[in-house]
Amino acid sequence: MDISRRKFLKVGGASILALGALPLRNVLAGTPGSYKPDSKAQKAKNWAMVIDVNKLEDDLEACIAACHKIHNVPDIGNPKEEIKWAWIDTYEHLFLDNKHDYLDEEMKNKKFLALCNHCENAACVRVCPTKATFKNAEGIVMMDFHRCIGCRYCIAACPYGARSFNFRDPRPYIEEINPEFPTRMKGVVEKCNFCAERLAVGLQPACVEASKNGGIIFGDLDDPNSEVRKALAAHHTIQRKTNLGTQPKVFYIV
Amino acid sequence: MLEKALIKERNNSFYGWLFFLLVLIGIGMGAYIYQLIEGLTVTGMSRDISWGLYIGQFTFFVGVAASAVMLVLPYYLHNVKEFGRITVVGEFLAIGSVIMCMLFILVDMGMPMRVLNMILHPTPTSPMFWDMVVLSGYLLLNLFIGWNVLEAESKGVHPPKWVKVLIYISIPWAVSIHTVTAFLYSGLPGRHYWLTALIAPKFLASAFATGPALLIIICFLLKKFAGFDAGKEAIRKLSLIVTYSMCITIFMVAVEFFTAFYSQVPGHMATLQYLFAGLHGHSGFVPFMWVFAILSVVALVLLIPKKTREKESTLLIGCISVFISMWIEKGLSFVIGGLVENPLGRITEYTPGLAEILIIVGIWAIGAFIVSVLYKIVVSVKRETDVYSANTIQISTRNEGL
Amino acid sequence: MKNRNVIIGLAIFVVLITIPFWYGAGKESKAPELSLDTPAIQALDEKKCIEDTEFMRSNHMELLNDWKVQVVREGNRIYVAEDGKEYLMSLQNTCLECHSNKEEFCDACHDYSGVEPNCWTCHVEPEEVK
Repeated sequence: MDISRRKFLKVGGASILALGALPLRNVLAGTPGSYKPDSKAQKAKNWAMVIDVNKLEDDLEACIAACHKIHNVPDIGNPKEEIKWAWIDTYEHLFLDNKHDYLDEEMKNKKFLALCNHCENAACVRVCPTKATFKNAEGIVMMDFHRCIGCRYCIAACPYGARSFNFRDPRPYIEEINPEFPTRMKGVVEKCNFCAERLAVGLQPACVEASKNGGIIFGDLDDPNSEVRKALAAHHTIQRKTNLGTQPKVFYIV
Repeated sequence: MLEKALIKERNNSFYGWLFFLLVLIGIGMGAYIYQLIEGLTVTGMSRDISWGLYIGQFTFFVGVAASAVMLVLPYYLHNVKEFGRITVVGEFLAIGSVIMCMLFILVDMGMPMRVLNMILHPTPTSPMFWDMVVLSGYLLLNLFIGWNVLEAESKGVHPPKWVKVLIYISIPWAVSIHTVTAFLYSGLPGRHYWLTALIAPKFLASAFATGPALLIIICFLLKKFAGFDAGKEAIRKLSLIVTYSMCITIFMVAVEFFTAFYSQVPGHMATLQYLFAGLHGHSGFVPFMWVFAILSVVALVLLIPKKTREKESTLLIGCISVFISMWIEKGLSFVIGGLVENPLGRITEYTPGLAEILIIVGIWAIGAFIVSVLYKIVVSVKRETDVYSANTIQISTRNEGL
Repeated sequence: MKNRNVIIGLAIFVVLITIPFWYGAGKESKAPELSLDTPAIQALDEKKCIEDTEFMRSNHMELLNDWKVQVVREGNRIYVAEDGKEYLMSLQNTCLECHSNKEEFCDACHDYSGVEPNCWTCHVEPEEVK
């Protein structure tokens, strides 16, 4: 049979393409199901938090322990590489733009809860090159640990020191692993996520639940009838570093 | 060209130099594998100093890469003929530098295997995304331009017309790579040492001092070891560029002191106090910064007067001083200084880890390797064209004599 | 003379490059038998996974990929399968609740085919809980 080389290549190429098409079709078929949020999910447009500092002072350790326990936050044991989603700090370190040399002793010694502020105008969301840090539809600044490349640009951008990086494998440093939540691996950045996974099934954030006296009020900033809006209207509140334009959503009643 | 330069023209001391670099590269790679296994805990970085020497070196070498424009712009836009012999030297230095930059970013990443996420999920609001775009583009530009111009020269013809288009694009592109790198820092609301519009111009000025200074040193080495003479006029003009750029850079560094200490705003003063005098008992950087200050003065004292600038020995000391002082300012103190006072007002210091240093040395060796190989090709091509043009002149003068 | 050497070289090359096909010819390398013997699966009335077995076998990676985007980025936690049943989208809490014998189920096939999924650096294996 006389067949030119060119024709042979044409027929051969077309055959291979056809043979390859069938398995490809199966792979590209896509997942047949559909997706929807949990019916119990708490809905809001703009989650925010009001911390009543005086009411919370006794529950601080319990709140942080609750958060770190259910989220498998490791205890690295040295301040250089520590990972903390929420921590205790003082007025002089949190409100740097509003402190002076003659602060009253009470305020100097008062303990505050510090955590990610889930800013409305978050610098970390702006700088993330892969959108691994992103603002979800409910106003929470989320971390997608699957996508994070560990470049730590978000840590440089955050003006509040709220973010931690996994310098080493965190697993050995977790005292008791919560099997319902994943851990992270070395090389990604992590921070408080306003307990998005708990809100999604109708629960309150762990720290809110652990604050017995109503020290932490959590709710929708965009809903004028929410608990946070009521608290903000009834009390004088301060925020961290307001002059930077980040519009944080954590307010403190001092 | 590669075959001729590397295999046909045997040079044992050159092979020895390449082998030495390969040993350093091997050690660096071993250290990197150790870092991949253990995590970035092997570096000196911490929760507060989240960027360290890797990003500092990246910032420094983006500057060196951008400096190729200081040869290309005068030659192609203003017909400064003296630079004709060495534009390729600048472009090949840019290639080596950009590759070093990309390697520094890669070794700094916590999840390097996910680097393609930057391409799969492009984020135009992020300066880091644009940094990837402009650096990759600049690498491609210099590869195409440098190789084609050199190859055309080796064949004795003019380079094709489209190379000219690429060359014109590379001029603003070079400015953009260092501007985008500056934008990584100068738009972050919480870092007061970096939150100034002056970063981009200061980066460019120091790049235009560092790069040409390095080029002068390279041309001296090429003359000494490979018999390639860049030409006295080219070196003279380059040294003028280094001098003016160094003056502008030191001026920009100095005006920061005025803004910080005349305004007395703590956020502005803190880093400069830490770097040059120590802050709250922490003073790890102070000796380095005073070396920077002294070397900058030495550089200016040697480069400003014409006599010392035009004498080879003092010019070289001046250029080495420029390089080291700028390396301290940009490669060491800039990144770490911006992070030293953390957002809660506490000071954390930084000492690099051993694996970190070995990786950095390994990447320097990779840069030196690439640049050495490329320069060997340049030298072998230029030698041939020099002989050809010398012969042509001989023949034509002989004919005229007849 | 030159032609003969080329043909000899070509023959050696063909032999080497077809090694995967003829080296193990005739030897049996059985596909692993997956164990569905877990207390959670035994307790089920209808022993059915989220989608049918054939689909899960070839597409579970894609399913998990879609799930991770839906849960983390879109905020949807419920998967409505093709047959209308609803499941919570969670590797640890849904998939591994039934398939709690990771070694005899997940690892058996993955080890056989030389696949190393990187889920377990973060997601918690059932045996790991102290």
